[in-house]
Amino acid sequence: MSLLEVSGLEAGYGLVSVLFGLDLDVDAGEVVVILGANGAGKTTTLRALSGMIPSRGSVRFDGVEIRGSRPDRLVRLGIAHVPQGRGTITDLTVAENLLVGGYGRRDDITPDLDHWFEVFPRLAERRTQPAGSMSGGEQQMLAIARAFMCRPRLLLLDEPSLGLAPLVTREVFERVRIAAAEQGTAVLLVEQNANLALAFASRAYVLEAGHIVGSGPSSELAGDESIRRAYLGS
Amino acid sequence: MSQFVQYVAIGLGNGATYAMLGLGLVVIFRSTGLLNFAQGEMAMFATFFVWKLHDLGLALWLALLVGIAGGFLLGVVTHQLVVRPVGDPHRHPLAVVIVTVGLFLAFNATASLIWGSGQQPLENLFGRSSVNLAGTAVSWQKIGTLVVLGGVALVFWLIFQKTKIGLAMRAVASNPESSALSGVPVTRVLMIGWGLAAAVGALAGTLTVPVSGAVDSNLMQLALVYSFAAITLGGFDSLLGAVVGGLAIGLVTDVLPRYVSAFEQMPLAPAFLLILLVLLVRPEGLFGRKAVVRP
Repeated sequence: MSLLEVSGLEAGYGLVSVLFGLDLDVDAGEVVVILGANGAGKTTTLRALSGMIPSRGSVRFDGVEIRGSRPDRLVRLGIAHVPQGRGTITDLTVAENLLVGGYGRRDDITPDLDHWFEVFPRLAERRTQPAGSMSGGEQQMLAIARAFMCRPRLLLLDEPSLGLAPLVTREVFERVRIAAAEQGTAVLLVEQNANLALAFASRAYVLEAGHIVGSGPSSELAGDESIRRAYLGS
Repeated sequence: MSQFVQYVAIGLGNGATYAMLGLGLVVIFRSTGLLNFAQGEMAMFATFFVWKLHDLGLALWLALLVGIAGGFLLGVVTHQLVVRPVGDPHRHPLAVVIVTVGLFLAFNATASLIWGSGQQPLENLFGRSSVNLAGTAVSWQKIGTLVVLGGVALVFWLIFQKTKIGLAMRAVASNPESSALSGVPVTRVLMIGWGLAAAVGALAGTLTVPVSGAVDSNLMQLALVYSFAAITLGGFDSLLGAVVGGLAIGLVTDVLPRYVSAFEQMPLAPAFLLILLVLLVRPEGLFGRKAVVRP
């Protein structure tokens, strides 16, 4: 049984449908990417999965149907979501942002706090500053650390590379990879930057206009000429 | 001189009640980004609880404590039954504001329906005696009101800065979506904000009674206008701003008209001049925070 099993997922905004019956699954500890062009429905997929927008179909997490649950309940079940635009809680300090990340936990979260300040020394330097004053890269690091603060079993990650310098992007991906491996967290990533994402994920889905039009191990997709031309750029 | 001290004491005493009501406004503003027009009427309603309990034989301070708890409950129930069904205040701000205007009318009418439109006498919480300060008799009621204000402001500050629920309230105010995705139960946080706002209303109302002379359904209407002025002056999101703003509004509206004949007929005018002046220099209010967002 997969950790996340999605079948026939449909979602949209008001009368506009964006997703038309998505089937996908993610195993425990697995890193999976959804590739697709602008407007394919990548972000909508993640928003539907984390309960931010209403959806139809079936979403099973750890064997339990979770479709329609509120985001804060899903966090307690073990699903964290780093939204597009990083979701920085701008008026809070960096340290407070991380505390909010661990809000649903009942155990002591200070070791995790210290851990993330060690991983990202930039965050430690700025721990008492308003988080909104940080650069895009720093805010992305903060978003990742905040998401891992709740010790998720599944991390939904929405275009972490957006607006970041290539070097910073690489660091962010590397940190996610290490943390996910350490905590045994599965990652469902959404990306436009295909080369980067395929190197990061073990498996990929290709999304086009709300339909999944291809899937397979990253190595196969990276080598597939037609998919490469159509969805992954040169 | 002694008259001046007297005026200042009156001003500060009145200002303290505006400040308390202002604290309630700030609490809701900080978690929803909205002004609660029903704040004054919730306070009036809770004050009727206090009056009724005292009328039934409970000591006034005990009635006040129970009234505060009742106020909290009133805020919680109001949020759950009326405000929440309207939708997310961050997505439908205007709808929620209109609902608070409706609540203003509903509370007012309901109070008249239950307790009549007459005036119900309520004694002073701190008695009628006074103390001699610099040759002027200042009533314990005024001093007590100021002390209570200090206590309430401190409690609110501690809640916001030192507790988990306070952190959640600040998080929800800044980024509700991200807070929810981090596991903060947004609706419950808003509900507690409403509870706190109505609870402080019981205090503000009970301490306004000595000024108005009695409890009636219009008890807090003028006070609400003054407390809006107070938080505009101090900054919508600042507890300290509500306190300083409330006291400042109390001072200028009670002291200035005694000396400037032009203001005698319109005691509100100096308050608005003060606000205008502050907003020209600091649009976010004296202690309000400018949003720090990197483009």
